[in-house]
Amino acid sequence: MAMEITNLSKDNLKKMFKEGKRFDGRSLLDFREIEISSNVSNKAEGSARVKLGKTEVVVGIKLGVGEPYPDSPDKGNLTVSADLLPLASPRFELGPPDFPAIELPRLVDRLIRHSDIIDLGKLVIKEGEKVWTVYIDVYPINDDGGLIDASAIGALVALRGAIIPELDENGKVDYDKKSKKKFPLNEDSIPISLSFFKLGDSIILDPTREEEEACDARITYGISKVGKEYMINSCQKNGEIILTTEEINHMMKAIPEKYDSIMGKLKKYI
Amino acid sequence: MTKSSFKRIDGRKSNELRPITAKVGIIPNADGSALFAFGNTIAIAAVYGPRQLHPQHKQNPTKAFLRCNYDLMSFSVSERKKPGPNRRAQEISKVTEWALAPVLDLDSFPGTVIDVQIYILQADAGTRTAGINAASMALAHAGIPMKDLVCSVAAGKQDKELIVDLTKEEEDFKEGEGATDFAIAKVANSDEYTLLQLDGKIQPNIVSDVLELVNGACKEIYEAQKKALKEVVKK
Amino acid sequence: MKKSIKEEQEENSEFNREPSDSESVKRVVVVPGETIVSGEDYLPGEGTRRINEDVVASRYGLAEIAGRVIKVISLFGAFIPRRGNVVIGRVSDITFRGWNVDIDSASAGFLPIEESPRFINKDEMDQFLAIGEVVAAKIWNVNARGIDLSFKGKGLGKLEGGFIFRVIPSRVPRIIGREGSMVNLIKDKTGCNVTIGQNGWIWIRGSSISEEIRARKAIEYVAEQVFIDGLTEKMEEWFDKNK
Repeated sequence: MAMEITNLSKDNLKKMFKEGKRFDGRSLLDFREIEISSNVSNKAEGSARVKLGKTEVVVGIKLGVGEPYPDSPDKGNLTVSADLLPLASPRFELGPPDFPAIELPRLVDRLIRHSDIIDLGKLVIKEGEKVWTVYIDVYPINDDGGLIDASAIGALVALRGAIIPELDENGKVDYDKKSKKKFPLNEDSIPISLSFFKLGDSIILDPTREEEEACDARITYGISKVGKEYMINSCQKNGEIILTTEEINHMMKAIPEKYDSIMGKLKKYI
Repeated sequence: MTKSSFKRIDGRKSNELRPITAKVGIIPNADGSALFAFGNTIAIAAVYGPRQLHPQHKQNPTKAFLRCNYDLMSFSVSERKKPGPNRRAQEISKVTEWALAPVLDLDSFPGTVIDVQIYILQADAGTRTAGINAASMALAHAGIPMKDLVCSVAAGKQDKELIVDLTKEEEDFKEGEGATDFAIAKVANSDEYTLLQLDGKIQPNIVSDVLELVNGACKEIYEAQKKALKEVVKK
Repeated sequence: MKKSIKEEQEENSEFNREPSDSESVKRVVVVPGETIVSGEDYLPGEGTRRINEDVVASRYGLAEIAGRVIKVISLFGAFIPRRGNVVIGRVSDITFRGWNVDIDSASAGFLPIEESPRFINKDEMDQFLAIGEVVAAKIWNVNARGIDLSFKGKGLGKLEGGFIFRVIPSRVPRIIGREGSMVNLIKDKTGCNVTIGQNGWIWIRGSSISEEIRARKAIEYVAEQVFIDGLTEKMEEWFDKNK
């Protein structure tokens, strides 16, 4: 096991953040360099690789034919899952998922679902009987912090390049047949995730692993923009700590600007 | 050995490998890491350790425990694979351990574990052999003492014709004697074999031809592995 | 059993030796199983073995061909603890006999209560060293149960202030430099205190945050350089550029 964060490093980071400094020279709310490639796995209906500094995730989308849920017979199904591979970090272990492995896909699921980026109504094959089930699977390759935000970007880019496979005459999926059917996306709503981290009285974005481990709490927002209006689609505080009104307002103030700056970096990929 | 007139589905010669991609140092967190691809089959591997092994009763007081974990990413195959290792993946993990252990000096690290994590990003047959090639590079990269690299490739037959590095389409060949898939790993600089796994039909008197074919292929694989390990160190 | 001090020092100097800078050394990257040189005159050193006429690499790394003895020095990989190594670790637990110290290696470190410079009541052990605190200690024994640590030595003990970070452990000798030349240069240029653990963990404490950041960046820069020829001059330049 890699060494856990020490009291020294935690105190030191607290001091640094108070002065607005970080080891890599970023300001507190800056993101690291984002590097994206799409279609990285040719059997997936859509896929993407996202690098956020040294953090790397791969997201793949598979479609299968399934039954609709009884309460939504006219909608396709969405399932997001993540496997925190021991490949990606000395801290990840094989075996049943622990809480971070459960929380990550839930957060990605919620920001995608509530932003309405997927037009689930167009993923019906036969109403009440057969619909497409969309699987979004997230695999971290190297965890150097900020996995949730990187995964959300990966899911977004993978969705934007996804296709719907062809069905054969028996209604079975023919994965070998090349399909050009575009995946039904709502073009007006593009969600990303912004995870703020708190250490002492400071709030930062996009932490490295070292910074993330020093922090006391994380608040993840799923943000989209419809027309000129920014929308919070999901939100979750993680960690035993209080947030003040001032801190919440500080984040609200940062959200629009951060959304636009990240979107600027993503533009050429989506 | 094989007739030169024979053409494969993708136009390759019988002894021709798919284009190889080999890279080292792709996972900064790991002590060693590598990517190895045969055409559309892409394997990545990370090595962690020697590190502490829990629980204690699993520790071997005389040598390091080599623990390999092979799995397909859910979207690497046509029909989504449910995440988590099934029996096939568990068996491949085990034969991968047996393929790699013979070259490693595990005695130097008693009581520890060396973890080898192998994931298939994209599958078009030959995933276990690509995984072994990636793992062998990653183990070297991690500085684990080893006497040589391990190179691996599948040989096979299409009806009666011997071929090397089969694609999924070739594996699914059904005419005549059908397809035979014979996964082999060998120690790079000696004629010692560390993986033998076969499905199909093959005559005992042909196996020496298969080994000859594999030896040729492994030379190319070794050169690619060597090049990647050298390239990662920049002047 | 404990070895003599002389033996211990010899072992240390072997492990801590930094590659020499002299022009006559030839360095090439080799892979396991690769023949480095041929001929009976050559002697297989660390990381190599003899097969007939050949000296062959038994690990991946930088082969040093200097004189008769051929060695292969690791460039990557986990820390392998050796007797006499100074390491930096984190107190992970307190037992009635002493402190468990995580030194980021395959075996757990243990610091016996007797290593405390003053008498400590068993119920007040955390006043001397609490969980999460950082120590610099020396490995005085490696055995099947784990690694015994000691505070006997210059600069060893609990570390206060500053921060720690990790580099690839095999890069430590070059960060120290010949007879400490590299680390001394970094200390001089930044005014920071620096303690280097052989396990790759490094402690820095300076008078200001910006100097601490600069010292860390300098060390990370050195750690990235694989070939060390002319590294001291390169570092002088680096400091001129990164003021």
